[in-house]
Amino acid sequence: MTGLLYLIPIALFLGVCGLGAFLWAMRSGQFDDLDGAAHRILFDDDPADASEDRR
Amino acid sequence: MTQLFAGDCCVPVLTQPSADGEAAVRDRLGALDPYIHSVGADAAEIHLMVEGMSCGGCISTIERTLMAIGGVSAARVNLSSSRLRVVFDPGAVTPEHLIAALDTHGYRAVPYDPVALHAGRDLEERKLLRAMAVAGFAAANVMLLSVSVWAGNVQDMGPATRTLLHWISALLTVPAVFYAGRPFFDSALAAIRSGRTNMDVPISLAVILATGMSLLQTLSGAEHAYFDSAISLLFFLLIGRYLDRRARGKARSAAEQLAGLNAVAVTVVSPDGCLHACAPAAVEAGMTVLVTAGERIPVDGVVAQGRSDIDTQLITGETLPEAVGEGDAVFAGAVNLAAPLKLTVTAAGEGTLLAEITRLMDAAEQRRARYVGLADAVSRWYAPVVHAMALAAFFGWFLLAGAGWQDSLMIAIAVLIVTCPCALGLAVPVVQVIACARLMRGGVLLKNGSALERLARVDTIVFDKTGTLTLGRPELRDVATIDTETLRAAASIAATSAHPLAKALVAAAGEKIVAVDNVTEVPGAGLIWQGRDGEHRLGSREFLGVPESASGEPDTGGPEIWYGRPGRDPVCFQFDDAPRPDAARVIGAFKNAGLDVRLLSGDREPVVAAMAHRLGIDEWVGRVTPNDKLRYLEDLRAAGRHPAMVGDGLNDAPALAAALVSLSPSSGADISRNAADIVFQSNRLGGVWESYLVAIRSEALVRQNFAMAFLYNLITVPLAVCGFVTPLIAAIAMSSSSLVVILNALRLGWTGSGRSVRVPSVKSGIATTDGETGEGIK
Repeated sequence: MTGLLYLIPIALFLGVCGLGAFLWAMRSGQFDDLDGAAHRILFDDDPADASEDRR
Repeated sequence: MTQLFAGDCCVPVLTQPSADGEAAVRDRLGALDPYIHSVGADAAEIHLMVEGMSCGGCISTIERTLMAIGGVSAARVNLSSSRLRVVFDPGAVTPEHLIAALDTHGYRAVPYDPVALHAGRDLEERKLLRAMAVAGFAAANVMLLSVSVWAGNVQDMGPATRTLLHWISALLTVPAVFYAGRPFFDSALAAIRSGRTNMDVPISLAVILATGMSLLQTLSGAEHAYFDSAISLLFFLLIGRYLDRRARGKARSAAEQLAGLNAVAVTVVSPDGCLHACAPAAVEAGMTVLVTAGERIPVDGVVAQGRSDIDTQLITGETLPEAVGEGDAVFAGAVNLAAPLKLTVTAAGEGTLLAEITRLMDAAEQRRARYVGLADAVSRWYAPVVHAMALAAFFGWFLLAGAGWQDSLMIAIAVLIVTCPCALGLAVPVVQVIACARLMRGGVLLKNGSALERLARVDTIVFDKTGTLTLGRPELRDVATIDTETLRAAASIAATSAHPLAKALVAAAGEKIVAVDNVTEVPGAGLIWQGRDGEHRLGSREFLGVPESASGEPDTGGPEIWYGRPGRDPVCFQFDDAPRPDAARVIGAFKNAGLDVRLLSGDREPVVAAMAHRLGIDEWVGRVTPNDKLRYLEDLRAAGRHPAMVGDGLNDAPALAAALVSLSPSSGADISRNAADIVFQSNRLGGVWESYLVAIRSEALVRQNFAMAFLYNLITVPLAVCGFVTPLIAAIAMSSSSLVVILNALRLGWTGSGRSVRVPSVKSGIATTDGETGEGIK
């Protein structure tokens, strides 16, 4: 049972990382436009740095 | 790549045709300065609401178009909320240029102030999302530990290990409950303070009691603790609450967007003759306002100077423009067609048409009993019943069965936990969110959460004619029988006028018509052109001096234009207001569905009769006033019917307010769209039918979900009262019922039954935007 002493903290730490990542993603606006993000993944080129050689 | 999107993209349809240049943008929106925020040296940002975005193709079109303009450093579309943020160099490009560029691609944009619009609301949504994240994190980890305990209890876990795991669970649960449970605790406290009880009272009680009791159990090293139930209960309920909030937020932002898109600056003439733009709300009685040709009249007033034709369609339903001159009263909502008008704003309040309509609407709203949604009705008796059951379980075990107070309390808590409305709290919001998203894809905006529920109960549907069943713009009749050369000659004169009949004539003439010079417009009468061969006249019968009997054609009651040329007989062009392309099919579908379809219009009776006959509507009434429409709807309701009203005009607004549920096209008057529960994109009437189908489906799903939730309670509550519910059973029952409800609701998104009346929209432009976007606007 001594394994629990480090396995549980590891599990909790990973959980906290996940929570932190979610809160960060939320704060940085990644949940603001879910519909748009679903379409953007299909765009070939990024209008911001249009690269001709990608096709 | 963008071709991939062309298939499911609705081509935006404008409420006003636009070939807007920068000057037109300035006229439409007034000064843009208040909306521009500086974000550093040589950079400013402007936030825009965009009409007509519907798919990925729209995102790339808009962003590429803007990025192709010199001076624009960033353009980011938010598809979910139809907003757009542009960062540009104010020295290199004007915001009017940006908006004009969007106009040329068919996207109408207006600026808005994000700070003013989002104050408070987003905050709450985010708070719920954060609470949900925290509860989810805690629930997952506590569940992990609980599973070990459950497994350990049937194997060989020692009490010391179990207590350790319980303590870790407590460490996670207690802070998480305090943080994530706040939305429920606050609402429950508020309810108790005002002497009521709501759904949140049993929820809060269950969560707090379960957590507190589990702490005590942990202290005494007992076998069971309910930490996992408490926190996963919160998690599921927060999901429901968040979805509910989101659906409502979406509905509200849709309403704001509609209001914003119509907000137009008013041009006020100050006493010294200077012109300045002014917000409509700041205009006071006695001021003088200038309305240019083609502009919508923003206020009620009296014409102080000028003669023109005005289109009063939105107010009265009348398709023919009305001639006005000095001293005539005009009303907000009418469109000035021919020449600039100066108006003296009349006293606001009593006596103006708008005030009269508003008064009728208020009265109708008051008479209309507040609709109680299914979920509200359920929750009204739910809380007392749950409390009574938990109390009965406690006293039953404590007094009758002689159990200890701790055991009795545990059983009472178990009852509270299993009855907790997880599935109930999810049943409605999940269905609503999916229904809302699906309708939005079809160009239908829900402004009110209970609208679908009400729409599902409708048995009578009342349509307005002008602008609702019809497109609200005249079309030339019998084009094939008219001599092409004559038509083109007339159209080239008509091209100079903003009069709807003239526009229809030009549209009917087809290919590029070149407008001739030296055309004089005589407001209220017609156009005169001095041609090489003499004077050409285009206008009313009186304007040309044609006697009544001269016309060999039967009078159809529709509007007409006469065209007179030197040395030839005058020619008559007849127009009628064409119904929307899918009107007949939609009405047929409603009739097949067993609904009673009616037609109410302010227009003249022969015109209404012809339209009713053409669309297959048996019951119609013509020449009705706003008050008549209101009374008609109220009579229907008094007769025990559930009428839906579909209308767009100012004259429909009271009737919209009186109906059980109301729908309005997005081209309608402000006041009607505000009164309506559902707003559909103006090009298709199919949105009305699609809303109805989705409403029926949602209603069925909500009922199924409620039935499943009750079935689940029917099984688990006796178990809990008998004391058989361990934390493990509670966890399984709770999660499975929530999952079943969510999965059932998802079926709404899968089935395509709403597509049956969908009229394919015209595809153009979108497929060709790849690579060459923005060329036309440089």
